[in-house]
Amino acid sequence: MSGASARRRAVRGRRPVILVLPAVCALAFLLVPLLGLLVRAPWRTMPERLFSAEVGQALRLSLLCATLATGICLVLGIPLAWLLARAQLPGRGLIRALVTVPLVLPPVVGGVALLLVLGRRGLVGQYAYDWFGVALPFTTAGVVVAEAFVAMPFLVISVEGALRAADTRYEDAAATLGASPWYTFRRVTLPSVLPGVVAGAVLCWARALGEFGATITFAGNFPGKTTTMPLAVYLALETDPDAAIVLSLVLLVVSVGVLVSLRERWMRGPV
Amino acid sequence: MKTIRTLALTAAALTVTAGLVGCSSDDNSSKPAATGQISGTVTVFAAASLTDTFNQLGHDFEAAHPGVKVVFSYGGSSALAQQINQGAPADVFASAAPANMKQVVDTGEITAPQPTFVSNRLEIAVPKGNPGHISGLADFGKAGSRTALCAEQVPCGAAAKQVFQIAGITPQPVTREQDVKAALTKVTLDEVDAALVYRTDVQAAGDKVEGIDFPESAKAINTYPIAPLAKAPNAAAAAAFVDFIKGDQAKKVFAAAGFDTP
Repeated sequence: MSGASARRRAVRGRRPVILVLPAVCALAFLLVPLLGLLVRAPWRTMPERLFSAEVGQALRLSLLCATLATGICLVLGIPLAWLLARAQLPGRGLIRALVTVPLVLPPVVGGVALLLVLGRRGLVGQYAYDWFGVALPFTTAGVVVAEAFVAMPFLVISVEGALRAADTRYEDAAATLGASPWYTFRRVTLPSVLPGVVAGAVLCWARALGEFGATITFAGNFPGKTTTMPLAVYLALETDPDAAIVLSLVLLVVSVGVLVSLRERWMRGPV
Repeated sequence: MKTIRTLALTAAALTVTAGLVGCSSDDNSSKPAATGQISGTVTVFAAASLTDTFNQLGHDFEAAHPGVKVVFSYGGSSALAQQINQGAPADVFASAAPANMKQVVDTGEITAPQPTFVSNRLEIAVPKGNPGHISGLADFGKAGSRTALCAEQVPCGAAAKQVFQIAGITPQPVTREQDVKAALTKVTLDEVDAALVYRTDVQAAGDKVEGIDFPESAKAINTYPIAPLAKAPNAAAAAAFVDFIKGDQAKKVFAAAGFDTP
């Protein structure tokens, strides 16, 4: 670590102080609250809190739902990104703007919007309920839908950026050599933007893991079915702030662990 | 690391300054001030369920005391209690449960008595027309019914737990909402057949929901205490506001909203 940074310093020469100071401030601003969590954590009672059934249940549910939501986002989001980057669509700018709406929408509003469309009396949901007796709210599937709704824009934007930056000459070459469009997409386009896809998927997964507002509004809160870690944290704050800190730390450790392992595996070198 | 220390010191200095400013009011007379003696801004931290009534009473109070401005901060009682304990510059705290008031009394932020000014009882809220044909508390224990309750961590959930214990019913909700308004929203959107909320919430929802009374509700009355803060920046106005909330004019407003008044 220090050897590498020393080498870099030798190469780059002196860094402008005017940038260093705000950079350090920004870093402190992001890290000090996390340190605060560590300082205030109830270390003595930590083990018994950690191995309670509720924590395990909420953590399992969180990981499962975030992973399923990321899967859905990949299956649906990559084609959408491809459409935005490659297809000659009228009003492409407008579509791109609309795709990013869930990014800026308060998640609670997203949850209400999902209820109004997919709820038991929703625009679409009412038919599913009347014909098949199924309703998404208050189910684990509802959690996945809420997380996917909020997280998909991250993936789409990331993949679309990678596609636009990619060199299309390889695709043209594959096409002239007789590859079908689907084959070209699978064997040429997708591998060339894989780092962008992975980066987007990681962002998407992290966003889904931390999702609170849309989840609690659309899927409700029921232990083992829809109570993900962020919901458990929020409710623990009402009665037992120490428990909330422990839950937050668990979520923090798990997400950092997953992200670091992905980085090791996929993101070596400049992406 | 040095920068972090500097930042921490700056933050600490700011906090201390804010604390000193907050403490600079030395007028701790808690006797009701006569009209015209009080001025400035009075900051009231109040439970979210008081939003409608307090907004109205705030206007009435301002009309009775020209030159006084009432500023409200509404939220969950536990969140408000934590904010006050972290040094938020409030003058008055009105909590939806004695437990949250106690959190503030325990840290010495409130030393004055905390009288109950209203109480609230549970009621079953059903969507307009009662499509789920809910008749009483027993419907919450039926498997296959779609009902919403508050989480047991929040006051309305604790009260619900109490009435179910008394009635000997094991509830089977599809969701335990984070606050009473969220539970009510699920009813107004017709996503559940019934929810257990407060009588005032049913009233506030207008004709979108209907309320069903049940006898056990009298066994889980929720009381609201109010008190001025020990370090209130505007102590005179805080005392006057608390007296106003306990007065007859306020009682009329509370009763109209569905609260019980002592």
